[in-house]
Amino acid sequence: MNLLWLQSAGCGGCTMSLLCAENPGVFDLLSGAGIHVLWHPSLSQETGAEALAILDAVASGTVPLDVLCIEGSVVTGPKGTGRFHILGGTGRPMLDWVRQLAPLARHVVAVGSCAAYGGITSAGDNPAGATGLQWDGTRPGAVLHASFRARGGLPVVNVAGCPTHPDWVTETLLLLAEGALGEGDLDRYGRPRFFADHLVHHACPKNEFYEYKASAKALSQMGCMMEHLGCVGTQAAGDCNIRGWNGGSSCTRAGTPCVACTAPEWEEPRHPFTETPKLAGIPVGLPSDMPKAWFMALASLSKAATPDRIGANATADRILVPPSLPKRP
Amino acid sequence: MTSRTLLVGPFNRVEGDLEVRLTVEEGRVVAAHVNSPLFRGFEMMLLGKDPRDALTITPRICGICSISQSAAAALALADAAGVTPAPQGALAAAILHGVENLSDHVTHFHLFFMPDFARPAYAGRPWHAQAVARFTAMEGSAARAMTSARAELLHIVGLLGGKWPHTLAIQPGGVTRAPTVRDKIRMATTLRSFRSFLEASLFGGALEDFAALPSLDALMGWSSGDAGLFLRIAADLDLLGLGPGPGRYLSSGGYPTASGTAFARGIWTEGTTAPLDSSAITEDLSHAWMLGPSRHPAQGVTAPDEDMAAPAYSWCKAPRLSGRTMETGALARQVVDGHPLALDLAARSSVLARVAARLLEIARTQILLEQWVAALDSAQPFMAEAPLCDGEGAGLVEAARGTLGHWVRIERGRIAAYQIVAPTTWNFSPRDAGGVPGPVEAALVGAPVGEGEVAPLAVQHIVRSFDPCMVCTVH
Repeated sequence: MNLLWLQSAGCGGCTMSLLCAENPGVFDLLSGAGIHVLWHPSLSQETGAEALAILDAVASGTVPLDVLCIEGSVVTGPKGTGRFHILGGTGRPMLDWVRQLAPLARHVVAVGSCAAYGGITSAGDNPAGATGLQWDGTRPGAVLHASFRARGGLPVVNVAGCPTHPDWVTETLLLLAEGALGEGDLDRYGRPRFFADHLVHHACPKNEFYEYKASAKALSQMGCMMEHLGCVGTQAAGDCNIRGWNGGSSCTRAGTPCVACTAPEWEEPRHPFTETPKLAGIPVGLPSDMPKAWFMALASLSKAATPDRIGANATADRILVPPSLPKRP
Repeated sequence: MTSRTLLVGPFNRVEGDLEVRLTVEEGRVVAAHVNSPLFRGFEMMLLGKDPRDALTITPRICGICSISQSAAAALALADAAGVTPAPQGALAAAILHGVENLSDHVTHFHLFFMPDFARPAYAGRPWHAQAVARFTAMEGSAARAMTSARAELLHIVGLLGGKWPHTLAIQPGGVTRAPTVRDKIRMATTLRSFRSFLEASLFGGALEDFAALPSLDALMGWSSGDAGLFLRIAADLDLLGLGPGPGRYLSSGGYPTASGTAFARGIWTEGTTAPLDSSAITEDLSHAWMLGPSRHPAQGVTAPDEDMAAPAYSWCKAPRLSGRTMETGALARQVVDGHPLALDLAARSSVLARVAARLLEIARTQILLEQWVAALDSAQPFMAEAPLCDGEGAGLVEAARGTLGHWVRIERGRIAAYQIVAPTTWNFSPRDAGGVPGPVEAALVGAPVGEGEVAPLAVQHIVRSFDPCMVCTVH
């Protein structure tokens, strides 16, 4: 399977994350699965004219393109020209390259939330006119039309995340190589369901605090970060706490709130990232699929029932009170 | 005299987008123009936002200097608020940052810089077969071994910061997770494993021995490991004579903790060190597609010229210190810190000097990390209260590739101004109003260009020796 990877307007962090793949490392994994990298801007030997020759061979159809991976948003500015990002040595905006190459590919993979939806590059007033490949935030249709299908029949596969987990990328590629990823395996925003059908909340180590709404009031405290610190892990797609990052960790394991970096428009939550917006003292934004009345009722009940241990630990930066040992008969 | 122009791009195995225009006469580069062809506008995105949001947004400027960006933002916010982080929090932040820098250095050596020596153009050189076996892009045995070792090293960032890149763990008051005694022994174990990789594979000897090399002569006598392979290549290809920098070095020291910065902070010019006066920094916009006058970053604005009018040719601004170009990076840090090997290399800024200084810093950073982890005291607090208030702040840190500065102004609880000067902005700056080329542009002048070469290898070695990060450059 031939793979071409281009870095559009992004930070390169998804490639850096990809290099963190383990058991096996990314190079062994790709070559072992028969995935041949035609060119990657950070990793391939070819530079300048040598690289352009590869792009031209793909563009002319001389070399078949099985997978086109695009990392980073596509910038459309200034004035719709895309000239905020010229692919070096070509004089052509990346916008043009993407539009030319995508229809030639059997599969198009958007690596990271920037390529999928625009991501952080479209934050604020979106000065560069950044957008995703097939989605502009939550709206379908961007650089590629909403009806776009790659030659293999799939829309753009959105391996969202900021950055993406290395396994999300490699497992998506492996599934594509085996012909085992169909349109039904993607969620409404084009994300592979093998990671997007989970919530970051699942297996979060703060779940006992969550059960009692025993909340951290400041960063570095151990309690649940949903009530005060902006954590949206109960609504965010991702198996981060099941799978683990960089040796088994995750944002919430390190005491930082989930910012839902796999979601379209995560970059503009309309409140400070680390502060939960509230109406009359009650957090706005409920856990996914939770009816509001039940949530309110259960939250107030469980808050009242918070064991001393959990209440004390919630606002501490380490375990102050360990669990009691079970009484022996 | 025949003159030809070469446009080298996409210039890969650098972080981000780069294009280099060369004017070549008589087999030598006589002029170089460096273009950063990507504009995103992070400084503009930050305006009007809650200051704390800088900690989520700025790391995403760069996927390879992510923690550097995060550390600079935290420092700038702390400075604006007049807050000092908890001493142990600052130490944990130094560990997070040190791991990223160490990881970046080995990534640069194995994946970005060395693969060029495996090229067929060098077939027949006595070291070529070994370079092919060890460093062929994506396939070399050293490239693969490094990638595995690096992934394991970054478990430390996982443990303290949740994930790499783009952690939110470093805050103005410290870090978000107080490491336990168990965490501490895990990190020490991971570091021992990484030391084994460095000593067995990269150095073929003890880190302390490499870190103690007193001179260029002693360095050139180091024959073991991949460092020895590089030095043999460097001697054969005269990489000491290739790619001279301005001979002026800038370093903010790096890793600020309660006991000061880990390396000395300052500048080195004409053989002497002096304090770094950050008020003497200006960003010249004459050859950048940016509108406005030359200003200190605290007064700077970012207004892209949508017409991309000449004579500008890059999105990169041109930082100058007291009007002069400065080289920044591992070589600059080690020179300013007064390491004898680096001082011996200081007047011979070159491809060899830059890569050797990076190797030296790999050894020294690993040793520092081991000391920092040993100094962690789990009984202490790792976060100090850091109430935000209006004001101005600056944060200067050391990314792998050099000095990174953030300047912030907070008014009525919102970001009113935010300016970033990245290391590669210094090294890869375009010309200034006086027509003075940036450090890399100047370093390329004189580089040999072989008959028929369209992406001259000497040019590639010089450019990559600076370890550019183009996504940070323009941000």
